[in-house]
Amino acid sequence: MGPEAQWRAALAEGRLLLQRGVASGRAFFPPRAFEPGTGHAVEWFEASGLGEVYSVTVIGRKPPEPAYHVALIALDEGPRLMSRVEGMAAEDVAIGLRVRARILAEDPPLLVFEPA
Amino acid sequence: MSHEFFPRGRTAIAGVATHGIGEMPGHSAMELAAGAGLKAVADAGLRLDEVDGLFICLPDDLFAGLSFAEYLGLRPRLTENNRLGGASFMSHLATAALALDAGAIDVALIAYGSNQRSGGGKLSTPARSNAWEAPYKPLFPLSSYALAAARHMHQFGTTRAQMAEVAVAARAWANTNPEAFAKGPLSIEDCLASRMISSPISVRDCCLVTDGAAAIVMTRTDRARDLAQPLVPVLGAASATWWTAISQAPDITTTAAVESGRRAYAMAGVRADEIDVLQLYDAFTINTILFLEDLGFCPKGEGGAYVEGGRIAPGGALAVNTNGGGLSCCHPGMYGLMAITEAARQMRGQAANQIADAKLALAHGNGGTLSAQATVILGHADTV
Repeated sequence: MGPEAQWRAALAEGRLLLQRGVASGRAFFPPRAFEPGTGHAVEWFEASGLGEVYSVTVIGRKPPEPAYHVALIALDEGPRLMSRVEGMAAEDVAIGLRVRARILAEDPPLLVFEPA
Repeated sequence: MSHEFFPRGRTAIAGVATHGIGEMPGHSAMELAAGAGLKAVADAGLRLDEVDGLFICLPDDLFAGLSFAEYLGLRPRLTENNRLGGASFMSHLATAALALDAGAIDVALIAYGSNQRSGGGKLSTPARSNAWEAPYKPLFPLSSYALAAARHMHQFGTTRAQMAEVAVAARAWANTNPEAFAKGPLSIEDCLASRMISSPISVRDCCLVTDGAAAIVMTRTDRARDLAQPLVPVLGAASATWWTAISQAPDITTTAAVESGRRAYAMAGVRADEIDVLQLYDAFTINTILFLEDLGFCPKGEGGAYVEGGRIAPGGALAVNTNGGGLSCCHPGMYGLMAITEAARQMRGQAANQIADAKLALAHGNGGTLSAQATVILGHADTV
């Protein structure tokens, strides 16, 4: 199983994994077979799931469909990823908001965030 | 980085054409691209069978180089299909300059065409969000630019009115360019009142959806001097690729234009403040602001204030997107080559909105979601 499939398998078990360079300690995402930029060895670790909103855009739809948002989340460990913040109105999701990871039991499971 | 080789001034743009700008119902993308190609060859005063290097990137044809060779009835020595999105064509130009100077080819033809307006009316691209972003349903590529704009506003205080300045300036240039597709009055208020698509980007922050094609012909400078048109030497050309997905930008407000610009200036031996006219790929209004910063025309974060008061509009201090740009002249899916044709026309003294005594022109291409950037610096015949 490649790194992407390993990450998705862990997510299906309710675990948010990240990778870091064994030597550098630098965390990155999405998963890879080696450290980007150096090609050096990597290891998995359990992410804290904590982070903050780095940027956000609200996407309008034709009424009555409600607007939704897409956010970039900066994880406390360093990597950044695209996701969304559940449990609040799209217009209220602000840059700097502290968030915590949540895994939706969809098929396939989906990583989202909620206010921390 | 060690000194980077570039054959400064040893190659030149000898032929230029745009074709079918606006609406061309009933024409395929290849027909438009090839039509522009033939016009550019004729403009240079060359014969089609003298072309031995083909460079093309089409929206709807993965192997466009093969199709282009077949359509033209040529067997090129070099076929280049590089797909850096809208930066492809500046990158093609850089490769063509090296191949011409090395003697690998003698006449390069770079072409692009799209029928996206009459063929469906939406951005024509096979590109999609990757597997890590797609589940969250960002509009591709628009929401990625919106995320950059939102962060720029948060970090530097940039306003929607400042972004609107970019659209208003582009419209003012378009209004006196016969080839431009979008004409008529456009005010800051019009922009601010336009429908929001993916905040903070509204309809008037977005480029047009048009048909259109463009092509350029390049030769070595010694040959171009004897051809039909005023000489347009290529002084520098550099392309930089930093990521594909916007989530991977270490700093979403800084693009690889920092690198492509620095390298192109070094090749050309010029500074930003010496450039007389700029053509910046303005897929969205935030692009122009980001590129003015990243290419050294103002400090990072000050691009919004820089464009205020009509500074990049006709009569302003800096001539930017003198054809009306992607926002108001044309945007047939990928605009990069149209930025080059306008820069070359400015250097020839043949532009619709000609800048008097312009000696140095910069054309900047953007590809993907602010992912790949490429900068070309062209000169007037006097610069070599």
